Order: sequence, then C-alpha cells, then structure tokens
Amino acid sequence: MERSFVAKNPSVLVFLTILSLFTLGVTVLSEGFGIGVISTSFVKTLGKTLCLCLIAVAMDLVWGFTGILSLGHFAFFGLGGYMIGMWLMYERTRLIVVESLSQADIPPTPAEVVDAIGTQIFGVVGSSEFPLIWSFSHSLTLQLILVVVVPGLLALIFGWLAFRSRVTGVYLSILTQAMTLALALYLFQNDSGLRGNNGLSGLQNLPGVTVSQDVVSLWFLWASALALGLGYMLAAWIVSGKFGSVLRGIRDNEARVRFLGYSVEAYKLAVFTLTACIAAIAGALYYPQAGIINPEEMAPIASIYLAVWVAIGGRGRLYGAVIGAAFVSLLSTWFTGGQAPDIPLGFYTIKWVDWWQVLLGVSFVLVTLFAPQGIGGLFDLYSNQRHPDRHGANLGPDEGALREKEASL
Amino acid sequence: MLRLFLAGLAILFACLNANAQDGGLQPILQDHQEIIVKSSRKTIKPAIDALAASGLPQAQVMLETWVAKDMWMRKSDGLFFAGKMAEGRSYELTDFDTGKVVGTFEKSDLKQLKPNSGVRAMIGTALVQFQLTDPDRKKRLAALKSIQRDPEGALLEPLRASIEDEPDVDLKAQKQRLERLLTIGYDEDVAARVAAIEEMSNDLGVDVRAALNPLVATSRKTAADLPSDVNVAIILEPGSEALSRDDAYHLLVASDLAAPHVLPDDIRLALAANIDGGRVGGVPVAQLNKTTARAQAYSTLAEAGIVPALVTEADIDMALGAHVFFETYAEPSVEVTAAAEKALKKIERKVGLNQTLDLTLDAVSLASIYFLAAIGLAITFGVMGVINMAHGEFIMMGAYTGYVVQQYVPDHTVSIIVAIPMAFAVTFAMGVAMERLVIRWLYARPLETLLATFGISIALQQLAKNIFGTQARPLTAPGWLDGAWVMNDVVSISYIRIAIFVLALIFLGMFLYIMKRTRLGLEMRAVTQNPRMAGSMGINPGRVNMLTFGLGSGIAGIAGVAIGLFAKVTSDLGNDYIVQSFMTVVVGGVGNIWGALAGAGMIGFLQKGIEWMNPSNTLAAQTYMIIFIIIFIQFRPRGIIALKGRAAGD
Repeated sequence: MERSFVAKNPSVLVFLTILSLFTLGVTVLSEGFGIGVISTSFVKTLGKTLCLCLIAVAMDLVWGFTGILSLGHFAFFGLGGYMIGMWLMYERTRLIVVESLSQADIPPTPAEVVDAIGTQIFGVVGSSEFPLIWSFSHSLTLQLILVVVVPGLLALIFGWLAFRSRVTGVYLSILTQAMTLALALYLFQNDSGLRGNNGLSGLQNLPGVTVSQDVVSLWFLWASALALGLGYMLAAWIVSGKFGSVLRGIRDNEARVRFLGYSVEAYKLAVFTLTACIAAIAGALYYPQAGIINPEEMAPIASIYLAVWVAIGGRGRLYGAVIGAAFVSLLSTWFTGGQAPDIPLGFYTIKWVDWWQVLLGVSFVLVTLFAPQGIGGLFDLYSNQRHPDRHGANLGPDEGALREKEASL
Repeated sequence: MLRLFLAGLAILFACLNANAQDGGLQPILQDHQEIIVKSSRKTIKPAIDALAASGLPQAQVMLETWVAKDMWMRKSDGLFFAGKMAEGRSYELTDFDTGKVVGTFEKSDLKQLKPNSGVRAMIGTALVQFQLTDPDRKKRLAALKSIQRDPEGALLEPLRASIEDEPDVDLKAQKQRLERLLTIGYDEDVAARVAAIEEMSNDLGVDVRAALNPLVATSRKTAADLPSDVNVAIILEPGSEALSRDDAYHLLVASDLAAPHVLPDDIRLALAANIDGGRVGGVPVAQLNKTTARAQAYSTLAEAGIVPALVTEADIDMALGAHVFFETYAEPSVEVTAAAEKALKKIERKVGLNQTLDLTLDAVSLASIYFLAAIGLAITFGVMGVINMAHGEFIMMGAYTGYVVQQYVPDHTVSIIVAIPMAFAVTFAMGVAMERLVIRWLYARPLETLLATFGISIALQQLAKNIFGTQARPLTAPGWLDGAWVMNDVVSISYIRIAIFVLALIFLGMFLYIMKRTRLGLEMRAVTQNPRMAGSMGINPGRVNMLTFGLGSGIAGIAGVAIGLFAKVTSDLGNDYIVQSFMTVVVGGVGNIWGALAGAGMIGFLQKGIEWMNPSNTLAAQTYMIIFIIIFIQFRPRGIIALKGRAAGD
C-alpha cells in the first residue's frame, strides 16, 4: 500500500508548522513590520541562522544518510555567496557611478561606465580591469544561475574524481578538506579576481531598493525560511523514497549495495552535487544578510564546525541537523558576543568569550562518546522510540555506518 | 706587470708632489682660501684635489678635522687650524703641519668651517686614499667597504697604489678584487677593461654582476636615421615581438617626433570645453553617449581647427616608416659591451646552476620540516589508523613547552637540551591521556575519531590562547645556530635548517630502530595487523595502542620544539601544519615510514618548484600544490609507497 509523503514523514508537517510560526512571530515582533521588540540586527542573526540550518540539512543528507563526511561544504556555501555578491556589488557600484557621471557635461558612454565601475571595485587590489569571471556580473538572472552552477560543477568534477578512484572514509574527508583549503588560498590572492582578502563588501544594500534595512532584513528572513522549508521537504522526499534507501545502504555497507547491482558512484555523485547546490543557495541567502564575504569564511575549519553542528543535533535525522545548527550557532553568538554572564570562582573569573571554545570542544567530545544520537535523541525518549538491540555492533561495516545508539527502529 | 708599472708610476708621482709642496699644508690651504671658506660642492674640487695630491701625511688629519667641522680660520691672518673647545667661548688652535698648539683665541676672532653634505662626501672620497694606507687594519677595511658601497673612477688610482704595500693577505685579496671591479667600470684603457671583464667572468659575486650590468644597460631610442656615434645594441622593427606598434608610436611621441594619440578622455574633455548651445560640432549633447557620435563631433571640431586632429592608422604607419628604432648602450665602447655581454652570459649560466643547487637545498629543508611534522602522524595515522586532528596542537604544545623552559633556563643551549625531553614527556602524557579517555572508545569509528579529536583540538587551542595570550612567543635558538652556511653569493643555508635536517634524519633512524629492533615495535606491528591474534599471543593490545599513540604524540612535541625555533610560537601554530602533515602521509602511503619520507620529499620539492616558477606568489604555490596532490591521489590512491598483501589490511 502506498502511503502519502506526509504520512511517511510526520516530522515534515511539524517542522513546517514550527518554521511558519517562527517566521510569523519574528515578523510580528520585528522593527520593520511589527511592534519592534526584536532588533533588526537580531532579525539578521535569525535569518542567517536559518541559512545555516539549510546547509546543515545538506550536510546531514551527505553525511548522516550517505556516510560521506565532507569537509568541503562550506566552500560551496562561500562560492554561492560570492556569486550573488558579484551581482550585488556590480549593480550597486553601477548605480553610484551612473549617478556621479550624470553630473558631467558630456553623457558617459557604456564603456566609460564599465571602466568606472571596474576602478571602483578593483581599486583596492590595485587593478581596474574586470577579470573574466565577472563577465556575467551585470545580469542578475545569469548570476543567480551561476549560484547553483558554479558550486554544482565544482562538486561534480571533484566528486567524480574522488568517487571514481574509490576514495572513501577519512581519506575522502582529508581530500575535501584539502580542496577547501586550496580554494580559500586561491581566493586569498589579489589576482584571483575576487578582491583577495578584502572580499566583497556592502552586500547588505540591495541596489535600487530604498526601504530601510529593517524591512530588507525581514525579506531575507522570509526568503531564508522559504528556502529552508523547501530544502527540508526536498531532503525528506529524497530520503523517504527508494533513492534514500540506497543512500542508507551505501552508508552502512557500500560493498553490499554495489554487489546488489547499484551504481554506488552515481548515487554518491548525485547526492554530493545536489547538497553542494543546496549549500550554495544557503550561502547566496546568507551573505547578503552578513554584508561581507571574504576567503576567511571558507577556511577548512568552518566545514568541520558544520559537521560538529550536525553531530550535536543528531545525524541521520533531518530535524536533528536543523536543531544542531540553530542551537550551536545561536549559543555561540550568545557566548562570544559577550552577553553570557561571567562566572566568578573566587580565584579566577571565567569569561565566556575566552572559554566558550573550550566548552564547545569538550562538550562535543562528550556528545561523540556518550550521546551519539545528539539532541535529536531527546525526541526518541519522548516518543518512546527504541534502539535496535545489536549487542553494540554498528549497522554496517563501513566507516560512516550508523551506530547502534544512533539508529532507531 | 701593468699594475706594477702603474703602481710605481703612482708612487713616483706622489713623491714628486711631496717635493713640490715642501712648505706643508698651510700654503696649499692659503692658495685655495677663498673657495675653502665659501665651500660649495661646485667650486671646492681644486682645493680638495690639491690637498689629496700633496701626499702629506698631515693632510689626512686635516681632512678629517674638516669633515668633523673642527677646522677654524683665524680672521686676523686667514690661516687654518684645528680647533678644540677651551674654557668659555674660546678655542685652542693647533697647527696642522707642526701639530703644535698655537694658542687660545676667542670665538669672535675665529670662523668655523662647516662643509655641507655634498662637500663632506667629496672630502670623504679624498680621505679614502689616506685610509687605504692607514696603519690601522680596521680603517683600511672601512675604506674598502666605503669604496664598495659607492665606487667611483677617482678612487681607482689610490686603490691601485695601495695594493703593493698591503701587509694583510686577506685585505690584499679584497683590494685586488675591488681594483678589478673598478677597472671594469672606470679604467680609461679599453683593453684593460676587457681584460678585467674576462678575468672576472668566472666570479659569482653579486658585486661582479653589479659592475657588469650597467655596462650592458640599454635604452630605447628613435631617430630619423641611425646615428653613427652611438653604441647600438640592436635595431628594432616596429610591430615585432620586441617592439609593438603601440610602444613604437609612444616612443615617437615621447621623443617629440609625432603627434600624441588623442585619448578617449581627451576627446571627452575637448568636447566638454566646446559645448555651444547644447550642441558640440552640430551634435546634441544628449547623443554624445556613443563613441561614434563623439568621433563625429570631434572631427567636426578638428576640421574647424579648434582641437588637434585625430591620429589615424595611416598617420601612424607613415611615422613609423620614417624612423628607425634601436637600443643603445650607455657605454660607448663596443669592445667593452661585447665582452660584458659574453661575461654576463657565462656568469648567468653558472648562477643558474648554483640557483638550482640552492633551490634543492631549500626544498630538502622544507621537506625535512614536513617530515618532522608528519612523522608523529605517520605513527598514529599511518600505523594505527587513528586520525588525530589534534596532532597540530601537540606540535604547538611542544613549542610552548620549549618557550616555558626558556623562561626558567636562561642558557639557550641548555634550555633546548632540557626542552626536548620535556616536550616529549608533556605530549606523551597528553597523548596517552587522550588515547585512554577518548580514542580507545572510537577505534572502529575513524570519522567519529576525526570529529572528537577536532573538538579536543579547538579546546586545546583556546586553552593555549587563554594561558599564553594571542601574541607570538619567542623560542630563541642557541647562538651557535645563528647565521648561515654560505657557499657563495648564491648558495647559502641557515644552520637552523641544517639542524632540522639532521633532527629529521635522527628521527627516521630512531623510528626504524624502534619498529624493527625492539619488542615494542614488534608488538606494535602485530597489534596493528591483527589485534585479536596479537592478543591471543599474550600481547596486551590496549597497552600497546596506548604506548604507540603516546610515542607518536611525543615525537610531535619534539617536532614542535624544532619548528618553534624558526617559526613564531602562537596558539594556532598547529593549523599551519595539520593539513600538510596529513597530505604528506596520504601522498606518501599509509603505514610506511619510507612513504612519509617520500611524501615529505615530494611535497617539499613540489612547493619550492612551484614557488620558483612563480616567485611573487606563495599562496598560488600552495593552491597549485594541493590541486596537484588531489590529482595525484587519482592515480595512486594508496600513495607513493603502497603496502601490498595482508599488511595493507584488506
């Protein structure tokens, strides 16, 4: 008997309800449309957190369901941000340049306008020429397509190379980490064409939009919430079907799936590329809210943090990834922002700005050791879900296989 | 022979001069009294020349006094003396010739001579010839250095004259070498210069190249006809690779032989200056946002003679056809430039060879750094299969241990000797604790190990930051490791790098010894190949794993001390090495120390090689290296040295 999509995924309905209520609540409390309880900067933080939740969903797909511990998804996230940032920066600079040139006696030629934009954007790295990769930056449509195409293509090529030569487990993790490092180092150069370590800035100002940031921040919150909702449904749909079963099979026992006649490489490549695209979309929504993007954001450590969020939330369950990302990143903002109260011990005062990282590191080790099911495991307690009794054995022989405690019946 | 003759001539000349000036310095000074008092760079030359040529020993003292602004003129008779501050506002004057005090005079009766910096430089040059023969070796050396710093033709004669009587062998060699270099640049006799160039064409010194390069420096020129009185290096064809049409035309414009291009900016300004009732040259201003409309408006203005005409392609062709383009040497003598070109080519070839050697040494030293950083990982990751992201933090802890030891043991040599076992002990203990508390529970779960050790890594980094602060801490190398082993001006390697290379070799030997010759090594190999079988043979796998991990971590600590000696010790020191270390082990081949060695060698040589091809950009070098490694893994997924059979574990 064919059950409906919602019946197979009860969490989707709950999740979408909570997400809508959350968005509605923030809108009502915001400065832009509501009663002004929540400051605009906090609305932005919430919007950014939603984007992080989206990339966490992508990470859960690739790691929690397929068993590929990718340490490179933040590179795709950053690339997506760069792609949208190029248009934002070009268009905004163009408006400024056209405005200032219209004061001149002679109207400017198109070539003069482009030259002036180039000087404005690349003056900081001692250049004024538009590099080749900016060829499409004048068009929002093309640049939006590139948001998906560029990271997708990179993931496709890299994944094809890696999966084809049967690089698995930690080797793949190290390789993806190396890829991220190479990309970050490349972008750090001034002649990479993306303004070196200055990155792209002023992205929070939408060209041609005159309303205040109070309103713009809400637009982005809605867009992020929509993207997260759609991304979550897509992910839930993928993992609930036959495709999802194959993915879980690859995670727990790749060799057996291969012997059953499935093209393991194709499945892995598909999921790797798809999640890279989701990550890129999340990045494209994140960086206009952050206002600035530079290569520092793509350092390998960011991708490891992503894995940490998913692990703390509970991998192998989509809502776990969302909870982990939201919980850890908001908590991190709270602790590092200096809002957490210091703890005086008499002989020493614990300042959370200094000690938060230590707490995070240690609690992460503890979660890995004692609660592999993460925060999501609490829901199992509530709903009386039990773990399979496999006498301590994992679900499969592979490195990414779920552990007994992570699985549910 | 020639030199001997010249030296003899110089001495003879000096003697003659000395005889002619028997009356001492004062008469010479009086002869030039006016220009000495006014002392300007332009007029002072005859006075200084006369003083220098006098050959009188007291001239040196006098010139030194003058430079030091201690020379005074007595207003009553215009005689010059060395002055020394006496009581009150009076000065004690000493005669230059006799060296006797002539009396104390009020300042109002005297005039102090204050040569400006230009004059002081000229006096300095004149002084050099005295200093070159000064009895004090230090002064002679200082004079040589000053000639090297800024060579001058006038110094050639005094330098030659001083070689013969030089008692110090080392200084004599230096003087002869300098004489050759000055001959290349300043001798009047072309044959002597060519001979000197040929003689020095085997020398790798930077100073030789510095002497030769100005001779072959060329400048681009253009003229209607090729002039006959210049030393032409090459005749250029406009439109060729060496000289593009644009460059050729720019050269013509720069030499005032053609009208300059009218640039788009100039057109715009000219149009803006000629707006007449909303129109320029009949074209409405609003339409001027197109290049064609602008050109039309401009040509109308040009026809009216208001603005200079546009330069057309035909104009350019004609101008280029009517002129020759060539490069000339600044040096007029053809023989000299030809010899210099030949010598430079020869030197360049030798320099190239030596640079390759230097690059190889650099690469070896970089490889040994990577090897040192990776060898601990080769044990924990390579042998045990445990992926330890906190490995970089163990390196960092080792470096900080060295820093702390130096705070208590002031002697640097002793402190390093103490620090190495201390660092081993600290990181060994840390490694054992980590293995017992965390890694032991995750042996079958490498991905979880990766993440858990990453958690430890960020906690350790932050702890180090809280304890030692964010600023870099110095770990000072002992004095005998300062400096570098210099083979010639091209090849040199610092002693620290040699020490690190030696340390890497020692580690390699130690590792091989432990693995192949000790009980622990045997047990380690047994446990990693088949823990159950090893357990049934009476080996305690838990204990062996603990010790193996501790050993790997301890070696990382020692590597940290070595790395701290040349890098700044900060809390994120480990970050710089962790990815490279993993790369080294993966590229080399897991589970094999020779693999780690090969991996370190490959990465070191590769990085230096790429840096050499693109020296301005080390970031690009790292990028390309990582891309290369990713591709390399495609072809040898198990690394350079892959284990085969059962040892490979599958």
